[in-house]
Order: sequence, then structure tokens, then C-alpha cells
Amino acid sequence: MASMREIKRRKSSITSIQQITKAMKLVSTVKLQKSRSRAEQSKPYFSHMYETVRSMLAKSGNIDHPYLRPGVSSKKAVIVVTSNRGLAGGYNVNVTKLITAGWMNKEDLYIYAVGNKGKDILARRGYEIREDYSAAIENPEFRDAREICDKVLKSFADGEIGEIYVAYTVFKNTVVHEPRLLKLLPVEFDESELSREEKLTPMNYEPEEEAALDIIIPKYITSILYGALVEASASENGARMQAMDSATSNADDIIEALALQYNRARQGSITQELTEIIAGAEALN
Amino acid sequence: MADDRLFDLEIICPDRIFYEGRVTMVELNTTEGEIGVYKNHIPTTMVLQPGVVIITAEDGKKEAAVHAGFVEILKEKVTVMAEVAEWPGEIDVKRANEARQRAQKRMESRDSDLNLARAEFSLRKALVRIEVADSENTKK
Repeated sequence: MASMREIKRRKSSITSIQQITKAMKLVSTVKLQKSRSRAEQSKPYFSHMYETVRSMLAKSGNIDHPYLRPGVSSKKAVIVVTSNRGLAGGYNVNVTKLITAGWMNKEDLYIYAVGNKGKDILARRGYEIREDYSAAIENPEFRDAREICDKVLKSFADGEIGEIYVAYTVFKNTVVHEPRLLKLLPVEFDESELSREEKLTPMNYEPEEEAALDIIIPKYITSILYGALVEASASENGARMQAMDSATSNADDIIEALALQYNRARQGSITQELTEIIAGAEALN
Repeated sequence: MADDRLFDLEIICPDRIFYEGRVTMVELNTTEGEIGVYKNHIPTTMVLQPGVVIITAEDGKKEAAVHAGFVEILKEKVTVMAEVAEWPGEIDVKRANEARQRAQKRMESRDSDLNLARAEFSLRKALVRIEVADSENTKK
């Protein structure tokens, strides 16, 4: 049996770890509230944008536009949204798994990393990190999304990449977060979703189709990206809160077990001392 | 009946739903010029310029400043996806005036590395803000 002093030392170290995890849980709870309300506020724009653009394109019939055609290059750009800090349970690993365990060839991928953790994981596995926007995830702003979008779209326009994806975590609620890989370009839409009447009234564009889509599609991608950043940051705080919560309760369990061990050891040593004293006293008689 | 002329209008920003309701007419400033949209408009997608949006609802007219975005017009519904939208009360006139001066100065300076389109865009935004805020003040 471990000595009393050893048990005591372990117990105190676990208690101090528990204090840290407890504090981190509180911090991430507060952060979660903030980022969740942001995610909820931006959600209407995000989902409307997605629906509007898809329905608009579906109604447009056969339009030919560079953003709607698969690019010439076989390279794919993936914007990977993870966190800058760890201790968030499986949050970062789940996002990177979308890429590592997927159907995509390592050689074909350019990673645009948002978040240090995802960048490190993928870099270690030999993926090519094209750009790093890790600072953006701390407090995602609309212009961060625009900056990333401009960069990626330029590579697309130059023919360096043929497809653009974003890997991020969907924030469903405080406890459910779902990693998702979303295709941004070429824009996919489904004409079969439309009713007959809608098919008969095609969409008009002003200015001309091409010019209008040149403006609208980048806006679409920017806002999807912004939504992804905001949701990912809410998910990150949610994941961390959960991880810290279970760490705190695990520490509780361990402390309880150690307290029991410690008391046993104490009692054992007292019993032993008593037996020794009695045995000594008897030997004198 | 006035009800026959109503259609759904939604103005959505990245950070909130700016306006949602049934209206009779909405006036917008697009890249092709100013337009007014009634019910049963032919389905159209247009790109917006910084401008004043005038919403005519049953309970009167409302004005707002909208910068950048696009609008999807359907027969019974108009959706404005705006990057920035502000009610008159939310506009900081002093800041808008400063922005106007800054933009004008930049356009006059004729620097070689000047991004003229950008300066023009910020000038236009400032002017729209001032216009919306002023028209609200004169009403009072």
C-alpha cells in the first residue's frame, strides 16, 4: 500500500488540477454565452443566403459561369476551422478527421488553416498548409471572412485550385456539435427541388447574369464562411465547457477514492503502531 | 382592399434580421439605378449599391441606409441580403461626416497607389448615411 505521504501529495495535486479545470469551465461558459448569441444572430443571414442563392441559381436554368463550373485544376482548397487552444476534448480532432479519414488525396489538398490546432495536426501528417489565418478565430469578424474569401477565390480564378471546401463544426446546441465538410465552389444546386410553376418563371438578372454572379457569389461564400467561423467558435467553447466539466467530475471521483485510501492507510498505521506498543510492553513483562 | 397589394419583405444582415414584415412597396438603389418594387414583380436578382431604402408599409414609410449586398425579387417576396444596414437613429453623423471628408481628400490627392474605387465606395457610403440621418432630423 502506498504510504500516507504519497497519497496526500497526489490528492493535493489533483485538487489543484480540479481548481484549474473548474475555472476553465467557468471561463468557457461565459465565452460560450457570448459566442452562442452571435452564432444565433448570424444564423438567419447564413441560412437565408444559402437558400436564396441556391434557389436563385436553380431558377436560372442553364447559366454558364466560371463559379458554377468545376475548375480545371484537380487541386482542392479546404478551409479548416479549428481552435487555437487545446483542452477542448475531441473538438479539433473531429474536424481534422473529416480530412484525414476522407476520400481526398493528400497531394491534391491545399489547407487554409483557421486555428493553430488543426494546422499543427495536419502539418504533422504532411498536408500542405497554404495560408494561416489563426488569429481570426479568436473573435471572428465579417472582414476576416472576406479576407480569406478573397484569397481563395483569387486562387480559384487563377486556375490554381478547382474546388473549395470548408471544414468546420456546426453548433446545434450547447452539447451537440457536428463536424461538417461543406462544398463552397463550384456552387451546387438542385433544380428538382423546384415546383413546376417556379420553373416556368425564370430568374432575371440586372446587371447581366455574368456580372451579377461575379458580385453575388463572392458575397455568398464570404457569408457562408463568416457563419462557419462564428458557429465554430461557439462549438469550440461548448466543447471545452463539456470537456472541462467532465474533467472536474473525474477529479472529484479520484479525490474521493484517494481519500478512502488515505484513511485506510492512516488507520493501518495506527493499528500497526498500537500492536507494536503492546507487543513491546508485553516483552518487558 | 389594401391587403391585396402587400408582399413579404425581409432585410437581413450578418448580425441580425434588420426588417421583416408585409409591405406595399420597397425602393432600392441598385447598380442599374433606383427601382421601386411592388407585388408581382417579375423574378429578378439585382446587386445593390450604397443607398437609401424606403419601405412603404401599412403604418407609413420607413427609411434606412443599406450598403452593399443584393436583392432577390420574387412575385410575393423580396429578400434583401445586406452586408450593412442601419436605421437613421443608429447612424453616427459625426463619424459619417469625417468619413466623407477623408474619402474626398483621398480622391483629390491623386496618389498613384490610390484605390479610387474604394475611396468612391466609402464616399458614397458616407453620403448615404448623412442623407438618411438628415431626412430623419428634418422630420422631427
